[in-house]
Amino acid sequence: MPDLSTTYLGLKLKNPLVPSSTPLSRQIDPILHLEDAGAAAIVMHSLFEEDVRNDERMIERFLITPDAFGESAGHLPGRHDYVSKLDTYLEQITQLKARLEIPVVASLNGSSLNGWVELGQEMQAAGADALELNAWYMPGDPEIPGDALEERYLGLLQELKEQVSIPVSMKLSPFFSSLPNFVRRAEQAGAAGISLFNRFFQPDIDLATLKVVDRVQLSTSADTLLTMRWIAILRGRSKLSLAASGGVHTADDALKMLLAGADVVHMASALLIGGPPALMEVLDGITRWMEKGEYASVAQLKGSMSQQNLPDPSAFARAAYLNALDSFTPPAGVMY
Amino acid sequence: MKHMLTIDGNEAVAHVAFRISEVIAIYPITPSSGMGELSDEWAAQGKANIWGSVPKVVELQSEGGAAGTVHGALQAGALATTFTASQGLLLMIPNMYKIAGELTPTVFHVAARALATHALSIFGDHSDVMSTRATGFALLASNSVQEAHDMAAIATAATLAGRIPVLHFFDGFRTSHEVAKIQTVDDAVLHKMLPQERIVELRGRALSPEHPVLRGTSQNPDVFFQAREAQNPWFDAFPDIVQEAMDEFGKLTGRPYKLFDYVGAPDAERVIILMGSGAETVQEAVAHMNRRGEKVGLLKVRLFRPWAPAALLAALPATTRQIAVLDRCKEPGAAGEPLYKDVLVALAEDAGNETPRFAAMPRVIGGRYGLGSKEFNPAMVLAVFAALTEPAPKRRFTVGIADDVTGLSLPFDAGFRSDVTAETFAAVFYGLGSDGTVSANKNSIKIIGDETELYAQGYFVYDSKKSGAMTVSHLRFGPQPIRSAYLTGDGDAKFIACHQPHFVETHDLLAHAAPGAVFLLNTHLSPERVFATLPLAMQRRMIEKQIRFYVIDAYQVAQEADMGRRINTVMQTCFFAISGILPQEDAIAAIKHAVEKTYGRKGRRIAELNYRAIDKTLACLNQVVLPAETTSTATPAAAIAGQPLTDFVRKLTLPMIAGHGDSLPVSLFPVDGTWPTGTAKYEKRNLALQIPVLETDLCTQCGKCVFVCPHSAIRAKAFPAELADNAPATFKHMAPRSKDYPASWNISYQVAPEDCTGCTLCVEVCPIRDKSNVSRKALNMAEQPPLRAQEAENWAFFLKLPDYDRRIVKRGTVPGAMLLPPLFEFSGACVGCGETPYIRLATQLFGDRMLVANATGCSSIYGGNLPTTPYTTNAEGRGPAWNNSLFEDNAEFGLGMRLATDQLADAARTQLKALALEVGDDVVNALLHADQSTEAGIHEQRERVAALQAKLGHLATPAAASLSAIAENLVRRSVWIIGGDGWAYDIGFGGLDHVLSSGADVNILVLDTEVYSNTGGQNSKATPRGAVAKFAASGQNNRKKDLARIAMDYENVFVAKVAYGAKDTHTLKAFIDAESYPGVSIIIAYSPCIAHGVDMSHNHSQQDLAVKSGHWPLLRYDPRRREQGANPLSVDSAAPSVPFREFAKNEARFTVLERQHPEAAARFMDQAESDARLRHQEYVELAGLLLPETLIAEQAAAAAENKGEPNA
Repeated sequence: MPDLSTTYLGLKLKNPLVPSSTPLSRQIDPILHLEDAGAAAIVMHSLFEEDVRNDERMIERFLITPDAFGESAGHLPGRHDYVSKLDTYLEQITQLKARLEIPVVASLNGSSLNGWVELGQEMQAAGADALELNAWYMPGDPEIPGDALEERYLGLLQELKEQVSIPVSMKLSPFFSSLPNFVRRAEQAGAAGISLFNRFFQPDIDLATLKVVDRVQLSTSADTLLTMRWIAILRGRSKLSLAASGGVHTADDALKMLLAGADVVHMASALLIGGPPALMEVLDGITRWMEKGEYASVAQLKGSMSQQNLPDPSAFARAAYLNALDSFTPPAGVMY
Repeated sequence: MKHMLTIDGNEAVAHVAFRISEVIAIYPITPSSGMGELSDEWAAQGKANIWGSVPKVVELQSEGGAAGTVHGALQAGALATTFTASQGLLLMIPNMYKIAGELTPTVFHVAARALATHALSIFGDHSDVMSTRATGFALLASNSVQEAHDMAAIATAATLAGRIPVLHFFDGFRTSHEVAKIQTVDDAVLHKMLPQERIVELRGRALSPEHPVLRGTSQNPDVFFQAREAQNPWFDAFPDIVQEAMDEFGKLTGRPYKLFDYVGAPDAERVIILMGSGAETVQEAVAHMNRRGEKVGLLKVRLFRPWAPAALLAALPATTRQIAVLDRCKEPGAAGEPLYKDVLVALAEDAGNETPRFAAMPRVIGGRYGLGSKEFNPAMVLAVFAALTEPAPKRRFTVGIADDVTGLSLPFDAGFRSDVTAETFAAVFYGLGSDGTVSANKNSIKIIGDETELYAQGYFVYDSKKSGAMTVSHLRFGPQPIRSAYLTGDGDAKFIACHQPHFVETHDLLAHAAPGAVFLLNTHLSPERVFATLPLAMQRRMIEKQIRFYVIDAYQVAQEADMGRRINTVMQTCFFAISGILPQEDAIAAIKHAVEKTYGRKGRRIAELNYRAIDKTLACLNQVVLPAETTSTATPAAAIAGQPLTDFVRKLTLPMIAGHGDSLPVSLFPVDGTWPTGTAKYEKRNLALQIPVLETDLCTQCGKCVFVCPHSAIRAKAFPAELADNAPATFKHMAPRSKDYPASWNISYQVAPEDCTGCTLCVEVCPIRDKSNVSRKALNMAEQPPLRAQEAENWAFFLKLPDYDRRIVKRGTVPGAMLLPPLFEFSGACVGCGETPYIRLATQLFGDRMLVANATGCSSIYGGNLPTTPYTTNAEGRGPAWNNSLFEDNAEFGLGMRLATDQLADAARTQLKALALEVGDDVVNALLHADQSTEAGIHEQRERVAALQAKLGHLATPAAASLSAIAENLVRRSVWIIGGDGWAYDIGFGGLDHVLSSGADVNILVLDTEVYSNTGGQNSKATPRGAVAKFAASGQNNRKKDLARIAMDYENVFVAKVAYGAKDTHTLKAFIDAESYPGVSIIIAYSPCIAHGVDMSHNHSQQDLAVKSGHWPLLRYDPRRREQGANPLSVDSAAPSVPFREFAKNEARFTVLERQHPEAAARFMDQAESDARLRHQEYVELAGLLLPETLIAEQAAAAAENKGEPNA
């Protein structure tokens, strides 16, 4: 049996499979099942800045200072024993810590600098082993240059680091002009790890109503390639923990990420589709592959195919359109 | 140690009642609802009574039910109570006789309120309490918040000791809603007041199968009378028992009370006797007069029943020569009001004694004051004392009004002020019901009450509107307990704040200001510019009174602090910063502390925003340097210029709108409660910041905007194009897109800019978007102020255009029906109200021949609360005739209207036939056999009736006159019974059920908001599973009652369930079908409400989700289909296509529970999901059933067919 253990954000994990932030982790039971299935740590669902705000506004508007008329001072019971979404989240951290043996990574999602990263402190106090900072600002304003946005993310990270002593990982989008440079600056700003890449809900147009709607689009294995390339490029260039996220559905997908240099592999869509058994299957597949290839440990294979370790580092660097296109054959029946 | 609380009267009572009760049966009614709400909330939180158990709090279907439940709980041995007022108390009377007849200890706590007579009034007087005099309940009065708190304990102690049930009452609003700083009664005192042995006695008398007895017998003439007299000793003993309880309470708390408390000069010659909050005001005036050596006094009546004349006489100074007894009620036709007569009897009987208390019987006069919360202030008290000095004062008088009909009223000097005015810091705040002004002020009172030695008082006056409701907060602070149970007088306030800049235009904000007072204005104008923009009168007052004028742009500060439009904290900070009532630093620290307490952990980030707003406020608050002279040239806007006004509107409606109703004399008023309709249009409230603007190039004239408008503020007309030749330049009109209109005609969609509330629903529903830019619709919101004048002119022009001919309008289509003029407009309903579009639709379709019976509730308040009414008339002067009987009897009330109409129509037909010779057979036949199923048919019948009336006029015989008086009933009338779910599902259900079974041609419209909306969101049987509501603070457990299914059970009832925001054509068709059905029709209309905890701009999307999730299936059950061999039921919405959660997640009524009990909330959601699916499935199955007759026919046919077959 090969040694599957790995280290992520300074945490010793029994294997590299870490379910990432999904709606599955909104409840305790599915998380317990994931642990049973072999998950090495858990990233909780994100606490969305917007969600916390809307929740507070709802409480303010309907319960604390509601519209008042001569015959009514409000329209919902004036109870004050309700719990905010934030407190529900914190309570869940505490409960998970009490019931799980694996580490718990709390996840914060937001972009404003209005002091909300102070919530990180509360997450730490509630027992989180690490934090994932899920920062994303839609860069739609032509007045804001790219480096200003990067500064904003780093500022956020620094602010959060001032609040907490537990390790912080940053989950990034693929949209950076120079990702390695940003990763380096994140390291300097105090990050303990990087998670690649954030998967966004992309808005869609509903042709019937001409309204923009949110659609959930689950990943496929094909989505792993972008992540894998960047993991391979970053491995060895940064001391940060690397988490590979996006498209891992099979053991093969996970192995490729590890070979490229990931410390942990996140799974989300596969778990939403197949539940905890999907994780077990991937873990079994990794083990079998390693046994077959006579690998002794994950540590041994981790990054063995990073860009630096490749005989031809340019394989990950070039935009290999030509070969790929040359090998493309049109499907039968399609006329070009 | 004294424990002080700053709370209102309802909370003060509930604070005691909850702790000493085991069963609490409740039902909402203003102004007592707060007591039930708090009890329910405390029970839901698991708070215990003084014996360690959590009281069972249960809501009933009516006050009658609550009283019955209390009666049962008492019989089974529990300490039980209830809270009520007004009509609710009347519904309890039958049980009160029973409870008292069985000598059962209980206390009913009553926020005394006027009874509905010529009009409903939610305000305070004693007419409800006085109606219970004969029940056998003791009647115990509290005069203030402190007393209401104390007396709740004393009443309970006395009833346990003396077995006479007690009705403990205090003045509705004036005491129930006044916030005051009081000393609380702690548990130890309550334990001592309610000793264990009394409770054991109560248990011993309980019904028990272990030692069974029987009560509630039926007694015959032989014994009933004696048995009734047998309990006399208990009533005789009770006053002393109450006094003992008062004495014990006094010992324990240092607050002694007497059955009759006298205050004033020991050698008083003139004494006023009264009970209730007015006594506090009299006490203040008496103290003032005593200080000036006047020999006057006040006798406060605390125990009114059982009447204790000896105690009354003993309490009066022997020197008393003249007495004025004041009653806060009216007993028309009586020799005098109840308290007056009782006092008179006591004195007269005493005078006949051998050793009378008085050498000469004092002269007694009796007066009425304060009906329906009419102001009662020290000036009026002085007027009463002055009357007593007259040689021949009026024996019956009124005070507080100008009675120029019967001349009963006493004149008073409005300028009089008692000494305490100068010693008290009074402040007045003008705000909106939605801007948090009242909660900020309650907060300020708490801060000052809790953090300083000062006493504090707050009283809040709301106008009768729901959208843009104005609130005026009257706050007082002072070193002594505050007895001033009246509003701040003119020139008395040391601080005035106006939280909404537009009030400067509409209200005389500085009337209350004392010389040198501080005036704080929320405005976006700079300190340099603001003065010049003020109306001339205001500028003048400011200079005359040397007002210290401060401004702040509160909206800007709130926005910068990321608090949106919440200005309450900003304005509160200003108050503390410049009122000087607390040192500024202490005040700011106290506000921050209060913010922390308010938001706690759950809102700690909102608290942060508040702190930021507080700090920003101080930097943005500016004093304005007053010029020496006025500068304004602006004349006050004449909002209704150019409109023809009736005398009535000019003399009554307009002064009432302007807030001068108090000064209107009796002679101006209708004697029978009859008011003209069509007056809402005079208000011009200008609430909208933005109004919709039409893009004629895009508009397809679909009519949806008109259909959804809750305030009838956007309308459509089709007219010959040439009529627009002289239109204002900006008037928008366009060629019709439909071939239904001649090509030479035009169509216009016009907004009433000053009546629109800016709810955005018309823009939201508008389906047409610019092909190149989807954000540009055929309707778009734009700033109102720049458009106001221009669009007002366009609106005036639009109104003058003729209405489309009803005879040819395609009323079965939305664009067609929306050409019909709404006869319900500009109501005071909430912005985005989900109910009013249904009412407006009914008036468009049938309003010109509509009789409306309206249950009490939101629809009667926005429909009939003065000063104005939204019901109006068409160009011919026809329109809905409307009345509100009660909450509980509306279906029966409407049935009565139908019966009368049918009866008079029958009589008219009979008399018509009898006059055939005179009027002609052809006329008679045409009138009797008219087809009135279409608008054209109705039009023709109207013309026939008009012709008949002309003939009858010529005849001038008694028979002709008789027929003439009822001939109008020959035109088909449409009777509508309208109300909310509280009425239809709960309190009025018995009557509704009966009317459903009656077969009468009535149309019932249930505006289902799924809670009691008007009284503040209490649970009804329409409340869906999983929603929290007041009285269901832990979430509604049960599936929503299916009223449609119940109604369908009658087979001959037309039933529809509609949601206009989901399918407007379905709603339209349902209304037309319901009205055309010649029997009972019921339309159950889904009506989103602010009580759902949702922004009403999402009204339509929530309706849509309610239907798509299966929460609100659309259906019609038309018994006429049976005649065609079809199943009467058609399910008009598809099977649930979105999860119930999707619908529920947008509404706080569902999501709040997740924050309290996530497991229960999740369970409820699952159940609600299956409820929705199951209900839809059930309906589909019902709709798919073959009718029995069809089934029999099919079986017969099959059998016949089989007969011919060889193997059959």
